Amino acid sequence: MAIDTGPAPTTVPEPPPGAPPKDLVMHLWRGDASGGRFQEYRVAPQEGEVVLDVVHRIQATQAPDLAVRWNCKAGKCGSCSAEINGRPALMCMTRMSTLPTDQPVTVSPMRAFPIMRDLVTDVSYNFEVAKLIPAFKPGPRDPDGLRRMAQVDIDRGQEFHKCIECFLCQNVCHVIRDHEENKPRYAGPRFFVRLAELEMHPLDTLDRRNYIREDMGIGLCNITKCCTEVCPEDIHITDNAIIPLKERIVDAHYDPVAWLGRKITGRPVPLAAAEARKHTGAAHAQPAAPATPEPGDIA
Amino acid sequence: MSVIEEVPLPGPRPQPIPVRIGAPRAGPPRAVVLRKDPWWAQPLITGLGLAAFVVYATWAAFRNGHYFVGLDQARNYLSPFYSPCLASNCPSAVRWGPITPANSGFSPALIILVFPLAFRLTCYYYRKTYYRAFWLSPPACAVADAGSTSAKPNGLRKRYTGETRFPLVLQNIHRYTWYFTFIFAVLLTYDAIEGFRFPGGVGMGVGTLILVANAVLIWAYQLGCHACRHMSGGSLKKLSKAPARRWIWTNLTTPLNKHHQLFAWLSLMSIVVSDLYIYLVSSGAFSDPRIF
Repeated sequence: MAIDTGPAPTTVPEPPPGAPPKDLVMHLWRGDASGGRFQEYRVAPQEGEVVLDVVHRIQATQAPDLAVRWNCKAGKCGSCSAEINGRPALMCMTRMSTLPTDQPVTVSPMRAFPIMRDLVTDVSYNFEVAKLIPAFKPGPRDPDGLRRMAQVDIDRGQEFHKCIECFLCQNVCHVIRDHEENKPRYAGPRFFVRLAELEMHPLDTLDRRNYIREDMGIGLCNITKCCTEVCPEDIHITDNAIIPLKERIVDAHYDPVAWLGRKITGRPVPLAAAEARKHTGAAHAQPAAPATPEPGDIA
Repeated sequence: MSVIEEVPLPGPRPQPIPVRIGAPRAGPPRAVVLRKDPWWAQPLITGLGLAAFVVYATWAAFRNGHYFVGLDQARNYLSPFYSPCLASNCPSAVRWGPITPANSGFSPALIILVFPLAFRLTCYYYRKTYYRAFWLSPPACAVADAGSTSAKPNGLRKRYTGETRFPLVLQNIHRYTWYFTFIFAVLLTYDAIEGFRFPGGVGMGVGTLILVANAVLIWAYQLGCHACRHMSGGSLKKLSKAPARRWIWTNLTTPLNKHHQLFAWLSLMSIVVSDLYIYLVSSGAFSDPRIF
């Protein structure tokens, strides 16, 4: 892949007194799988803009072929994830006024995922991991046919429901960002959040602890908290999801006192990973049925 | 992408996630840092802080002297580096031994410090700090791991295995180190109470205040530990079924855990301040002012 880092960062000169405000200098990544570089664009600043507004303005006025993924412009769809001045962030939630404009502002695509074009990456790795999360498995219903949960028991999981799947946490996680070879055996922070949500659910009965250790690779996480730092929804991913999961794995796997307790009290041993694996979407996936030819299809 | 050195993976071979490796990714070479903020400041400052503590603790542990202020100076202070007192000449009632004879060349701190050292080394907060500052894995968010951009002379790059292999898999003993340091927190509390014992009755000196502050900060760090939070109630699916544990989890361990980083540093500093103060008073640099 040919890579050009583009124009060297320059200092944007101050305009003379009374002159209109200086232009914003934007360095946007342009390219695809065959190569790319930072391309410089200059636009007049407008008050109250976010980075996505500026990117859209460049697309509308200077680069109509610029590829950028976006949807809600409200920080709720998780589509416009990118790296702004090297920091993973949502373009629609990053105000231009928070960025130093005496230097060019760089906008590049998420680095952990394969490039498709310009600012758009292929995030399908995350969808493959999602298929491997063992599904919610509730216990039997109450005698009246209902299921009941105490409010205090579901309060803890509410934080995890805020996730918008922007995959910034996956992108910043050095386990796969810098060591891509770990992707086949590592779920990543977003899916540890999902697993924590299931493991803490008061009605769930499936024990995923061995599965999380063996198949989801939680031992690879060295809790450097970058996922928490970049989360636009302020989910405390490390403290409230990953570390509680690591402690559950200690209960199941590394704690001889807990092992002795299970022996004495007869509590069930942690479920084998292979058993949990049967509850994943991948285990239930049906081979795709051959498409039925419609009249007029070309064979 | 460089070639990865093949190392055996721990545990049973899991079902791999079906993903294509090696597809082109965007951006300049990974070693180029696009961040424009002072991302290096945090690992530098915390690394220097930890290194300073290691230097001080090494000096204090091998000092083997001036670690208590006894009745000859009308005080009853014991340094946290040397608590419980294992030597025969301590003023404290918490005297286990003497295991090490007075004036011997062997410092009792070398036995004592193993436990708090193991606790802090395996602490989730300190792990983050030293992985960033010393391992550079990663040095800061969105800055490449030191090991990911360089290859060994044979052209291979070492596989990243995180905390799955020896020795880092031993981080999982954190809760056992917590059990031991719980005893130490009790002992330091006792030492702080002993600090109120003056000739002829109860009194208070500046040293007493320092030892009390140290005990409070040690407890704040101890009870805000992530393993403690888990054991106190975080492990439960139904907190509603265990009201006592729910209360502790909601009102004690979780609020303290939110400030675990702060208490990790404050308690580290208070240990140093307590030891240094006692050393200076004991060695006659100045007298401990009496408050009442």
